Amino acid sequence: MIAFWQWIHALIPWFDGAIATIVIILIKAIALVMPLMLVVAYFTYAERKVIGYMQLRVGPNRVGPKGWLQPIADALKLMTKEIIFPSKANIYLFLLAPVLAIAPAIAIWAVIPFDEGMYVANLDISLLYVLAIGSVGVYGIILAGWASNSKYPLLGALRSASLLVSYEIVIGFALVTVVMIAGSVNLNDIVMAQKGSILNWYWIPLFPMMIIFFISALVETNRAPFDVVEGESEIVGGTHVEYSGMTFAVFFLAEYANMIFMAVLAVILFFGGWHSPFEGIAYLEAGFAWVPGIIWLLAKSTFFMFLYLWIRATFPRFRYDQIMRLSWKVFLPWTIVWIFVVALMTQLKIGPWF
Amino acid sequence: MAEIRNYTLNFGPQHPAAHGVLRLILEIDGEVIERADPHIGLLHRGTEKLAESKPYNQSIGYMDRLDYVSMMCNEHAYVRAIETMLELEVPQRAQYIRVMFDEITRILNHLMWLGTHGLDVGAMSIFLYAFREREKLIDCYEAVSGSRMHATYYRPGGVYRDLPEKMPQYLKNDFRKPKELEVMNKNRQGSLLDFIDDFVKEFPKSIKQYDDLLTDNRIWKQRLVNIGIVSANRAKQLGFTGPMLRGSGVAWDLRKNQPYAVYDKLEFDIPVGVTGDSYDRYLVRMEEMRQSNHIIKQCIDWLRLNPGSVMSNDHKVAPPNREAMKDDMESLIHHFKLFTEGYCLPEGEVYSAIEHPKGEFGIYLISDGANKPYRVKIRAPGFAHLAAMDEMAKGHMLSDVVTIIGTQDIVFGEIDR
Repeated sequence: MIAFWQWIHALIPWFDGAIATIVIILIKAIALVMPLMLVVAYFTYAERKVIGYMQLRVGPNRVGPKGWLQPIADALKLMTKEIIFPSKANIYLFLLAPVLAIAPAIAIWAVIPFDEGMYVANLDISLLYVLAIGSVGVYGIILAGWASNSKYPLLGALRSASLLVSYEIVIGFALVTVVMIAGSVNLNDIVMAQKGSILNWYWIPLFPMMIIFFISALVETNRAPFDVVEGESEIVGGTHVEYSGMTFAVFFLAEYANMIFMAVLAVILFFGGWHSPFEGIAYLEAGFAWVPGIIWLLAKSTFFMFLYLWIRATFPRFRYDQIMRLSWKVFLPWTIVWIFVVALMTQLKIGPWF
Repeated sequence: MAEIRNYTLNFGPQHPAAHGVLRLILEIDGEVIERADPHIGLLHRGTEKLAESKPYNQSIGYMDRLDYVSMMCNEHAYVRAIETMLELEVPQRAQYIRVMFDEITRILNHLMWLGTHGLDVGAMSIFLYAFREREKLIDCYEAVSGSRMHATYYRPGGVYRDLPEKMPQYLKNDFRKPKELEVMNKNRQGSLLDFIDDFVKEFPKSIKQYDDLLTDNRIWKQRLVNIGIVSANRAKQLGFTGPMLRGSGVAWDLRKNQPYAVYDKLEFDIPVGVTGDSYDRYLVRMEEMRQSNHIIKQCIDWLRLNPGSVMSNDHKVAPPNREAMKDDMESLIHHFKLFTEGYCLPEGEVYSAIEHPKGEFGIYLISDGANKPYRVKIRAPGFAHLAAMDEMAKGHMLSDVVTIIGTQDIVFGEIDR
């Protein structure tokens, strides 16, 4: 790699320092965002197919072979549709909202380590970065609800704001336990700390936190059974009511990018990131050594993404005060108790993981 | 100081949970309902007035379109009103066929209710599972009347024709492999009765599936228990009938209390709720589906043993058969008279009510002796239920309004008429 850069440097002498860094980061960002958008597109296809088969239907099967071009067709349709502005809406805020939703949803991926050394940025405070950027995303939804100047979106925005306040705290506390065990807020270090064997992954010592984290992730991404912000049958589409065409598509992309992000984050925090599940097992480890880490990461994330769909097909929707109760009266006490348990165990060196 | 007003929300008529065209003006304080004001009339088609200008038989089709998810039950009430006025004897076999299709209709209606109620509360899959079973019953409608929804199968004096000896089968097409076709047609080899018999055997398994999916689901319970409570006394005062009344603990069912057709010869139970909340009504309707299944089974057994006529022999009311018409002058005249002028009812009035899937469905009919009714008044159960919307929804949250609409099992065809 160093030889490559020296070669480039010899070829173009001014390609150095700040310019080089910017170009490299740009290339990395594009290499990250393009596949991400593709995954988002095909995640919607997977969602429709999986839920379709769960509901005795076949899902999309008309556009292209087995319906594989359906997401492309959807994207084309949304791009060519007219964007309608509600007559008394604040147009600047109305257009700012989708931007505010998608920007953090993409920026948050910068710190995700996909494999050893495969990341856009290796921040020392990457977990804090995730929390900070993740909570910016909700501004998009709240602004959308406010700027639409419509009643259903406003209700959606109110619900969204109250849910965010409750569940950021829960997620924050759940992450504190991970940080305490790993001894670092760097995602890279957290994954490295889980190295060695499947037994070293944090889902065993932090099992309740893992469950709470995943459920909170459902709430944060407005997925069923916590999709009260959209609430199809109650507030029709919540904040999306007045959005059409590309403005709606951007919200949609942001929502799905967030879902995939939460699945990947769950894997990184609790399921050993890019580590192979066969590590430490005599023959299997050598046998699967050729599999690159990113494949393991994606395979494990796929399971969580499937869980999203499975849960959506199974459960009725919560009422929003019930979600709040779940947060404040169930999850919050659990996480606080577990923080004390983990703190004690790490201090007294009890158990094999600490 | 500025005046503080509640948020008014126009819920419908274009709303996914409006069950058609309900327009609900909600006054909400945050998310808590202060007042719910249902506006009706968006599906008014003037059925009652239209019936006044037509011979009696031509209005049967309008009855299908009242509560368009329980078609044959509507017909039953209307046809029975005419039969009562004429003091017409209906053959036993026709009565059994009617009861069997009434119960099939009850299952049809309750499956529709289950699916949409689930969808309102946010459970998507139950909707499609319910429609899987509904499809088979709709096929029974089609087999017997040629129409999948608006059957016009019941006629004064009996039913339009006897049950077909052969169940229609799926046909071959480009999208079906021969093996799939074989599986699809497996239970369609015999007569309609065989097909229904097969359904009756399989249906308890389906109900078990719905049960597994919802009944003990914690979220489902959180959303339904203690939502929209109506006490037994209040339910009576509000004019509730059917599962809405029984859910509140009143064992009132016209099939038991004022038996009509052959219900007095059949064995079935009336499920009753305790607290009168949405969850009780859910349980009541689920049990009613099981009971209907049981009734259908008894009807099948009787119908297998007792062939015979399904239409009255009084050709002043019921048309003669097609073959007789070809070479019998008398029959031809009867046919001509019946399908042009119709028949006249004696002067007087009648109220005939049946236990419709949604409650007491009544036809109040006044005749001045002509071949058209002087007045037809339809008593739709849903109307009384919807009128209680404000009382049931007050103090609950916005999401609960949707649950309450679902538990009331509202269909606008009958409310707006």
